[in-house]
Amino acid sequence: MAEIQSYTMNFGPQHPAAHGVLRLVLELEGEVIHKADPHVGLLHRATEKLAESKPFSQSIGYMDRLDYVSMMCNEHGYVLAIEKLLGIEVPLRAQYIRVMFDEITRILNHLMWLGAHGLDIGAMTMFLYCFREREDLMDLYEAVSGTRMHATYYRPGGVYRDLPESMPKYQESKFRSKKDVERMNADRQGSLLDFVEAFTDKFPGCVDEYETLLTDNRIWKQRTVNIGVVSPERAMQLGFSGPMLRGSGVEWDLRKKQPYEVYGQLDFDIPVGVNGDCYDRYLVRVEELRQSNRIIRQCVDWLRENPGPVMIDDRKVVAPTRVEMKDDMESLIHHFKLFTEGYCVPEGEAYAAVEHPKGEFGVYLVSDGANKPYRVKIRAPGFVHLSAMSEMVEGHMLADVVAVIGTQDIVFGEVDR
Amino acid sequence: MTDRFETLAARIDERFGEQMLRVESRCGELTYELDKDHLVEVATALRGEIGFEMLIDVCGVDYLTYGSVEWRTQSATDTGFSRGVERGPVILDEADEFDAKRFAVVYHLLSLQGNVRMRLRVYTGTSNPPIVHSVVDIWNSANWFEREAFDLYGILFEGHPDLRRILTDYGFIGHPFRKDFPLIGNVEVSYDEEKGRVAYQPVSIEPRTLVPRVIRDDNRYSEDLKDKADG
Repeated sequence: MAEIQSYTMNFGPQHPAAHGVLRLVLELEGEVIHKADPHVGLLHRATEKLAESKPFSQSIGYMDRLDYVSMMCNEHGYVLAIEKLLGIEVPLRAQYIRVMFDEITRILNHLMWLGAHGLDIGAMTMFLYCFREREDLMDLYEAVSGTRMHATYYRPGGVYRDLPESMPKYQESKFRSKKDVERMNADRQGSLLDFVEAFTDKFPGCVDEYETLLTDNRIWKQRTVNIGVVSPERAMQLGFSGPMLRGSGVEWDLRKKQPYEVYGQLDFDIPVGVNGDCYDRYLVRVEELRQSNRIIRQCVDWLRENPGPVMIDDRKVVAPTRVEMKDDMESLIHHFKLFTEGYCVPEGEAYAAVEHPKGEFGVYLVSDGANKPYRVKIRAPGFVHLSAMSEMVEGHMLADVVAVIGTQDIVFGEVDR
Repeated sequence: MTDRFETLAARIDERFGEQMLRVESRCGELTYELDKDHLVEVATALRGEIGFEMLIDVCGVDYLTYGSVEWRTQSATDTGFSRGVERGPVILDEADEFDAKRFAVVYHLLSLQGNVRMRLRVYTGTSNPPIVHSVVDIWNSANWFEREAFDLYGILFEGHPDLRRILTDYGFIGHPFRKDFPLIGNVEVSYDEEKGRVAYQPVSIEPRTLVPRVIRDDNRYSEDLKDKADG
């Protein structure tokens, strides 16, 4: 029998399982991996440098494009950092709306992850199931902001506008019969909150469907149990956060430990894994889907009862309405100044972190008192997780690399920035 | 929150004394500056004794143009506003020595057991290229962050096992996040039909500033005026 020699193999950057533009240089001995060297940066856009050349509020749109499957959570981190520097307090209703959309975003992200992770390691159906529910959530994005993905909905001082009283509806076409359209529009007759409520009623059933397909599935377990095991000590040493850290058994969630917005007043549980392998991280994320659903439901109930402003009343930060500008000169001046120059943020530095679906997403802002940030540093969870890739795949088979990329929930928009 | 901060600050002051200098913060965050010679010693103690088991972030900062503006507003009463942006002269990296406070490395630490965060800032001193000691051996998560700071700011980390570029292109020249590196870059690429490969050439677009950088003295944020208003 011929002697097997070690060799180097190139994986990506154009590979369907690489979740974007990941290039991995793998050192293999037979089919066993010795070392993995991820080459990132193929999607580097210098978001931070671009943000330094623009007034503060013009960079919110860039944040959507970082982790492009959990858009509003990125905005949240950036907006929180600006608010911290400005020292402004957001109205309560805006805080509830933010929390609700953070959790909607978490479900969006986890569904994308579940579908893609399933597809990568052989569960084709998952992808279709997950995208069915994602469609409803995308419609919510569209209803509040006008776009299905890159919302720019959170602004320093609150959210762009209040929740709408009606939902966009499907229309009859030669591809959709009247009966189909009526069925699809059944939940869309009332306000946005009615639609969210209908979603929260049916969603736990959907999660049960996913679990029926995967949780006790023999092939799924063979591909995930004992793959990519990380001990709690190593997870902390490697800077893991979010489900990657909780999957290893460390109970740490910023929503509980360092609550921002109204998380402190909401009732939810933090799932924690035991073994720190891909299967445990899968279980953690699936349970997070259920918990997010609980949080959304509580927010819906609160938002129904409590109308109010969704933006602070501070003309030095927030632009006046169109109507006010018509007969108030002060408003016209404020509007002009805000859109030609922006607002100056007091000198100082701040770090704001949110529990992003992938882990801790932090924004470090340095301001020298100008209308543009002096330095923006985005701490992306995916970047840290990917740096542990080599350690996680060492000693595993080539096919397990795909499982590990999947379990890390890598999105290149945030890794490369 | 503040109580926990103060206990921690007291512990740090007691343990490190003169080595670490506390920086005032407006947003209730704990920031310390320290000399780069003490970095490894202090970091080891922070991880081992004070309990900061996680390094959340490492980033470089270039303070070259800190506090400078592109559009003067103070003299407007005499002369009227300037139109457009005054461009400063380009400063080259080839200087033998940098200003001692030009480059800094900022570390964000998190303690899970104490549930507190803190920030360390280390200035790299006058040397060109700037050098600080690596903390990879203390917190393994520093590995890629230090590579990133090297790539974007050209800060060298002594003792780093594998200090390569990470985000920029293979064969990239320069350190793009330095303040004297132009936003539009130095080179652009295009596909050369004749040579049959991608070719580099100097950028052909003009740099432009849509919104000038302005600093305004805002009495709402001035500490002196605030006290008077309250009292």
